Amino acid sequence: MSVVTTEPNEHAEQHDHEHDHHDHKPAGIKRWLYTTNHKDIGTMYLVFALIMFFIGGAMAMVIRLELFQPGMQFVEPHFFNQMTTVHGLIMVFGAVMPAFTGLANWMIPMMIGAPDMALPRMNNWSFWILPFAFLILLLSLFMPGGGPSFGWTFYAPLSTTYSGDSTALFVFSVHIMGISSIMGAINVIVTIWNMRAPGMTWMKMPLFVWTWFITAFLLIMVMPVLAGVVTMVLTDKYFGTSFFDAAGGGDPVLFQHIFWFFGHPEVYIMILPAFGIVSAIIPTFARKRLFGYASMVYATASIAILSFLVWAHHMFTTGMPVFATLFFMYATMLIAVPTGVKVFNWVATMWRGAMTFEVPMMFALAFIVLFTIGGFSGLMLAITPADFQYHDTYFVVAHFHYVLVTGAVFSIVAAVYYWLPKWTGNMYDETLGQWHFWCSLISVNLLFFPMHFVGLAGMPRRIPDYALQFADFNAFISIGGFMFGLSQLIFVWVLIKCARGGVKATDQVWEGAEGLEWEVPSPAPYHTFETPPVIK
Amino acid sequence: MAHHKPLIGKLLLVTLAMFGFGFALVPLYDVFCDLTGINGKTAAVAVTADNAVIDTSREITIEFLARPNKDMPWVFKPEVHQMTVHPGEIHIMNYLAENPTGRFIVGQAVPSVSPGQAALYFNKIECFCFSQQQLDGGKNMLMPLQFYVDPALPAHFNTITLNYTLYDVTQVWAAQQPQQDNIGE
Repeated sequence: MSVVTTEPNEHAEQHDHEHDHHDHKPAGIKRWLYTTNHKDIGTMYLVFALIMFFIGGAMAMVIRLELFQPGMQFVEPHFFNQMTTVHGLIMVFGAVMPAFTGLANWMIPMMIGAPDMALPRMNNWSFWILPFAFLILLLSLFMPGGGPSFGWTFYAPLSTTYSGDSTALFVFSVHIMGISSIMGAINVIVTIWNMRAPGMTWMKMPLFVWTWFITAFLLIMVMPVLAGVVTMVLTDKYFGTSFFDAAGGGDPVLFQHIFWFFGHPEVYIMILPAFGIVSAIIPTFARKRLFGYASMVYATASIAILSFLVWAHHMFTTGMPVFATLFFMYATMLIAVPTGVKVFNWVATMWRGAMTFEVPMMFALAFIVLFTIGGFSGLMLAITPADFQYHDTYFVVAHFHYVLVTGAVFSIVAAVYYWLPKWTGNMYDETLGQWHFWCSLISVNLLFFPMHFVGLAGMPRRIPDYALQFADFNAFISIGGFMFGLSQLIFVWVLIKCARGGVKATDQVWEGAEGLEWEVPSPAPYHTFETPPVIK
Repeated sequence: MAHHKPLIGKLLLVTLAMFGFGFALVPLYDVFCDLTGINGKTAAVAVTADNAVIDTSREITIEFLARPNKDMPWVFKPEVHQMTVHPGEIHIMNYLAENPTGRFIVGQAVPSVSPGQAALYFNKIECFCFSQQQLDGGKNMLMPLQFYVDPALPAHFNTITLNYTLYDVTQVWAAQQPQQDNIGE
């Protein structure tokens, strides 16, 4: 796409210079507390997500330490359950989702030629309530009786009849996370709908914008359902209602239906923006246009629609009638078709491209291969009779860590490497970045691949101990886990080093990069596109 | 900002509607399960015995399970654990309840049929589960269940398991005292 800005470059520079005088950025902490600038808020989301990634990661280390050997070594079973629960909650709601929101804040206005997000004041709020949500959740771990220990899926009656008093705090923190996500999603939709630069038609939008647009709709449709189901858990536990209590005419299986009606679209909320990121990176480093742009848009939309029709594949073992299991099995398998279209398009984009293998490209390539492995194990789980064996085993753990760690997290890391020079104005250290990539790639597979084997052999998930025959594999898995955790310290090192200086980045940064974000200077000035560009 | 307002309004409406939808799933779930009979829930009201033809060519095994909930101190068990019936035959089956504590307790039994789809064909003419049962401390009673299996039961069902879980609902009962006539419906 060719872009003509309405003013020549030298004028733009002068313009920026003027702006330095009337930016009115308060100094120190106040700048960050009061900011309504999409770039500041994006940065805060990303830093917050990184901190949460390490806190959730530390909990994963506790889990892997306990599972290093059979028998009970380090923690009590009750504490182990709190670790698995809070690890899941933190990684889903504290790391992956805020990281995507941070990327959306930074990139969407720059990609569509808008000066900022549509609702900057609300943007500030949707970020700043988030730390309090996680403070509440994390501090509940120190209560008498401990924090939530019923798994991140908080199935009733575990979360109603059998839970501790931290449940109230858990519910409130989920409420706050939900409000934050909904506000963020409304902001994204309004920005994309109303603030595209002249000439930026729907089918010219970069795929990252498209995928986030669809994700935002998923968010406003399912986060309220999550808010509803946690509210029901709260009233069942404390106010005598019987939504999930058979004694009062309720039904615990109903919980699972409502939860997964939220839960399955939630899975796509965590992967659709990743598709957008990979669709941005692959063409840049293959130096070819994205193959099948329109089919990518339609595939994303069909995945989003299908995501509302497959929730009960999480519940095959609840005793559903055969026709229901068949419906959900086939509907689930249908999702493989649009997903397959995407993978095909990425591969076709690379076909005969002039590829180079910088760190963002490496992570994007690893994403394609490893996310597809996670997709295949998902297809295996979709087969109802097979799922009866795989259900609640480490096979499931392997599956969703392939799609969420080597899928969502790898895409976020790829995005950070890809846009970091635009954010900081400096190139990151390529050698260190490659070290980060290779250490992560090797350790993440050592960590998650053997989980398939122990899962197929019957090792149950969420249990702090296991039968002796699983000992060797679990030792490998734990070593992979520790290595993966340590490898992420290289990432922090790269980030700090890049923020402090380095080789100056050009405006385009990458030779093959196309799009509005590469037309603005590096680092991107505090205000961009105050006069909208015209897209031809 | 002003030109964003209509869109923001619509999006907030979607959000509120979806919050409502989450709660609407609760009654929808019950309606759906009632219509399709897929949840193993038998009808909560009595059916009148129609003049169903007794199909003596088929024998169906009915298994009876009874279990007090963990907070329910009553002893609760079926008189027999298993019975063989012909579809269409009306049978009476008694459950024994005993309150070993010293206090008055109200119980509510909740039935569940397995396999779930058979629930549509398991008809109760009279059942203690239709209403709350009251028992003074130290007393016991027999609670009757009158039922027949619909001859239309699909051929692949040979065994039907009927399970009752008994809950202590004394507090709910006490709260509803003024309108006691309506309870149990």
